[in-house]
Amino acid sequence: MGAEAAAEVETKETIRSSRLDRNFPKEVMKHHGGEKLLLCYLCGSCAGGCPVGRLTTDYNPRQIVRMASLGLKDEVLKSNSLWFCTACFTCTDRCPQGLEVASIIRVIRNLAAERGIVPQVFKELGSNILETGLAYKIPELRLKKREEQKLPPLPLSDTKAVDKLLEATGFPKMIKEHPKKEA
Amino acid sequence: MAGLRYAFFLGCTIPYRVTSYEVSARKVAAKLGIELVEMQGFNCCGLPIDPISHDAMLVLAARNICLAEQQNLNITTLCTGCAITLRKVNRMLKENEELRETVNKHLKEVGMQFKGTIEVMHFAHVLAEDYGIEKIKQHVKKPLAQLQVSEHAGCHFLRPIEYAGFDDPEDPTVLKELIEATGAKYLDYMDKTNCCGFTVIAIDDKISLQLTGSKLSNMQDVGAQAVVTVCPSCFLMFDVQQPRIERAFGRTFSMPVVHYTQLLGLAMGMSAHELELDTHRVAATNLLGKIG
Repeated sequence: MGAEAAAEVETKETIRSSRLDRNFPKEVMKHHGGEKLLLCYLCGSCAGGCPVGRLTTDYNPRQIVRMASLGLKDEVLKSNSLWFCTACFTCTDRCPQGLEVASIIRVIRNLAAERGIVPQVFKELGSNILETGLAYKIPELRLKKREEQKLPPLPLSDTKAVDKLLEATGFPKMIKEHPKKEA
Repeated sequence: MAGLRYAFFLGCTIPYRVTSYEVSARKVAAKLGIELVEMQGFNCCGLPIDPISHDAMLVLAARNICLAEQQNLNITTLCTGCAITLRKVNRMLKENEELRETVNKHLKEVGMQFKGTIEVMHFAHVLAEDYGIEKIKQHVKKPLAQLQVSEHAGCHFLRPIEYAGFDDPEDPTVLKELIEATGAKYLDYMDKTNCCGFTVIAIDDKISLQLTGSKLSNMQDVGAQAVVTVCPSCFLMFDVQQPRIERAFGRTFSMPVVHYTQLLGLAMGMSAHELELDTHRVAATNLLGKIG
């Protein structure tokens, strides 16, 4: 291997500084919940308490925070493990520096979604909300069964108002690339 | 007890799949004298889409809060996810003027305005704080002294502490006190406050099944005869997914999953059938045999 090729080699220990996007941490910190990103001193309380991290080495909240604070923008936005967080908030509650770790992960997810990275499940939940106001389409049978159960009828959501509000946030187009297949 | 009235936020998961929780809660509330007022036109709390759009979550949550403000009622809900979301957004909008202005600008388009006049509480929080453990005890006609149960409170009942804020997430006592009020013996177990994993089941089901499975194992190891939950999503993991978890773990749990409102209903003298305990996937036959 020539010297030039060797210079291109990256290991886990070395990250080429030219790859870092210094604006990315600022972008994260602009969002509610992401403000304290750079206060992390890598103690690992978040990773130690993470219930998912216990089960898989693929997910580590400290690593996500570190990637974001270094500016490894593409890696962190495209990382599959970004979607493994259960949002249990143990990391947030235990962070000695007061970082809202789970919220930082949510901010990064939101930024990924803005760039078109949206796992299928969120597209489904989102389109259900646009269609019915609720996250699930409740089958007719269920609604009828409520009578037998002597439950009051399920109030209908005001989908017009809901859609108008969501439209104002730019939500519908985030989930649009996957329109439901028309019969 | 006079005057306990709440706007009842049903959410999506309960009417979709966990109506036993709604049925039992409504019956228990009626008997305790807590009035649950329907919220016409409510929508999803917003939590399910928070991972992709925090802004969308905010407007969905805010609209629900406005509906309750129009009714001049505090919100109560059976779902821990809805509770933490509405509770958090309610606080954020009350405290952050800039955010309130942005959200109100959107709300104006649909003829609404966030005013900041109400509070949001999970129903179990209402029972413990607004109603009171001592008063609950007065309604217990049939103490469940023969039962020993464990809790799974669910993350969003306790965390993040900044917004849940009524119990210690590292050493919670609220649900314990509520359970003990029914006369049942409360059993602690390892990793009691761990997550059930529901929110990632569509991303990686192995993680979710493993999380709930280790909790079931730990409860069974201390001799729990049932697990008490206060969240419809956690319920789905523990009850509906239990056969899959048993296959994955190669272990039989047969652990009945009981909504707290059912446990309390039983102690108040209601039947398992009335409380729809017989609609759960995991049969509670043995458990009910113990209380006769």
